[in-house]
Amino acid sequence: MKSDIILAGVGGQGILSIATVLGEAALADNLLIKQAETHGMSQRGGAVYSHMRISDQPIASDLIPGGSADLILAVEPMESLRYLSYLSETGYLVTNVTPFVNIPNYPDIKSVMDEIHKLPRHIAIDAEAIAKEVGSSRASNMVMLGAASPFIDIEFSRIEEGIRTIFARKGEEVVQLNLEALRRGRAFAEENR
Amino acid sequence: MQKHLFLGVEAIGQGAIDGGMSGVYAYPGTPSTEITEFIQENPLAKERNIHHAWSSNEKTAMETALGMSYAGKRAMACMKHVGLNVAADVFLNAAMTGINGGLLVAVADDPSMHSSQNEQDSRFYGKFAMVPVLEPSSQQEAYDMVHDGFALSELTKVPVMLRITTRLAHSRSGVDRGEVLPENPLVMPSDPRQFILLPAIARRKYKVLLSNQALFLKLSEESIYNRYEEGTDKSLGIVACGIAYNYLMEHFPVGSCPYPVVKVSQYPIPEKYIKRLDRECDELLILEEGAPMVEEMLKGFFANGTPVKGRLDGTLPRDGELNPDLVAKALGKELFAGFDIPEVVTNRPPALCQGCGHQDAYLAMNEALADYSKGRVFSDIGCYTLGALPPYETIYSCVDMGASITMAKGAADAGLIPSVAMIGDSTFAHSGITGLLDAVNEKSSITVVISDNESVSMTGGQDSSAFGKIESICIGLGVDPAHIHAIVPLRKNHDEMVRLFRQEFAYEGVSVIIPRRECIQRAARRKRNK
Repeated sequence: MKSDIILAGVGGQGILSIATVLGEAALADNLLIKQAETHGMSQRGGAVYSHMRISDQPIASDLIPGGSADLILAVEPMESLRYLSYLSETGYLVTNVTPFVNIPNYPDIKSVMDEIHKLPRHIAIDAEAIAKEVGSSRASNMVMLGAASPFIDIEFSRIEEGIRTIFARKGEEVVQLNLEALRRGRAFAEENR
Repeated sequence: MQKHLFLGVEAIGQGAIDGGMSGVYAYPGTPSTEITEFIQENPLAKERNIHHAWSSNEKTAMETALGMSYAGKRAMACMKHVGLNVAADVFLNAAMTGINGGLLVAVADDPSMHSSQNEQDSRFYGKFAMVPVLEPSSQQEAYDMVHDGFALSELTKVPVMLRITTRLAHSRSGVDRGEVLPENPLVMPSDPRQFILLPAIARRKYKVLLSNQALFLKLSEESIYNRYEEGTDKSLGIVACGIAYNYLMEHFPVGSCPYPVVKVSQYPIPEKYIKRLDRECDELLILEEGAPMVEEMLKGFFANGTPVKGRLDGTLPRDGELNPDLVAKALGKELFAGFDIPEVVTNRPPALCQGCGHQDAYLAMNEALADYSKGRVFSDIGCYTLGALPPYETIYSCVDMGASITMAKGAADAGLIPSVAMIGDSTFAHSGITGLLDAVNEKSSITVVISDNESVSMTGGQDSSAFGKIESICIGLGVDPAHIHAIVPLRKNHDEMVRLFRQEFAYEGVSVIIPRRECIQRAARRKRNK
């Protein structure tokens, strides 16, 4: 088993919270992990990404080779396109549709969405809207993880356990909210794939 | 199951704690910062009372670590690559004095300059100082090298450098911990003159360092981190240093590499393996992160031996970090190139946070500078360096820590009056103070803006060693108190700030303006943690 995932977003959007839950799930599944993060200057509102590699075999490189990622998981639509050179011929792109506009020349969102819709395999999801329905827009990253979960070769129950572990110290209510966000994201992806 | 999912920097922190370290000394700098932060938060480190407070700069950090080593205990100094420039004096001379307790110098290089002003390769410093250098290829090796590195330092009696790069620093992987070793007791150096580098003693010490090179080489050739891996296709022999080994193995899953490979993770380079590779193979390919150091060594001046391929002949790019794709290309492998990135994707550079005090300072400064010709503001290293970008475009330099004040003084000496320095509180403490003393001594017509956000912000909000002391430092250096002004950089104070800037730009002498408001990221973290 091997899942090579590019996580993408803007500094401050918290893509590493997704990586943390996935890492926890993979460890519980006795899988091996390498995960390269972006720290430093770009965290100040710049483009950030993480290479997450999960496998049952030893992983050599910390970075995913170009053209071989199984999944691009983006919490921002334009950022989902920035790493397309990593996507494999059979890979999926799963992205949030809400733009994060912190630059004066952010492109017309329709032209961004047009490019996303050109891809053979993609899921575009309004994670904020679903997160709000569930109870808090802060759970949008877990909606995104749920939407990506059908394309990651890890038992769904392990990802749920990952959420329980990571959010445990914030109380049962937060755990349940994030679990619901995860499930709603997954349901959306399965209906729209 | 692997027990710890550690970043490379965290593996180093844990390795040092478990290896019996009594103190870490560091100044924050990406990608090295989290080594010290990990130790600061670690329960065992707290229980052992391992020293972990930030130092004012990398030089004070390494000197203090050397002092701890003098007293027999194990110590580590951590910094980013350019920090080693600041600490180069003590680093090179600590190789001369040698150590008492084990001393590790962990340096994190930043090839491709993700968060740095250059991509210098610290291995050259290791070679320059003639000390062993360790360069892990994985987080597990990083842990093991630090855990056992103190003993290596004690065996070789010199500081040992651990060199990592951004990818290893900020990548996570499973790490198994080793035995938790006791700390060293307080033991004085057996030779009371060991640390006195008077010329007569230093000449003797230098001969010792030179004669120990044979030992360092022998240890490299016997190191568990270096090895010769057999291969059947002798048309090419590969030398893979540090993390580059992983990029090579990415293309040859366990044991399938047809070419002989020398894995190098400890320096000096293991000569016997390299010589064997040279004997057996038609061509050599050198994979190394950073500068072509090993490649230059093997190629030689006349390049008339075995052909050597790498960064110098264009097989790999001369600059920037390596990755699996570049290594694949060097091996002649074709990979699927992925999908094209559409033109609609726009650059998203980092920017000052909304609500940051530096923004208010720059807006006021720009207004007050409108009466003068352009090019008068010299800046420094920190978040405020982003003031080079629109919409501010206020600053004209960013060179090294503290250079804002001294470059402003030099420009004023040349006749550019007024000249302005823009420096943060922590950078001022790091390397700005001595430059300000020079300006005071010569009554230079400069205005020094110390934009004080009460933290080291670009690296994540660490404590600034100048906290609460900036005015008293300036007064102590001899700045006229009538020309030291603090103001809160908020929109409501904009007019007052502009007036202050105008007034002090017109003053012929040294003035200091301190816009002071806590970093909004730090303030937010403080509220969250309450």
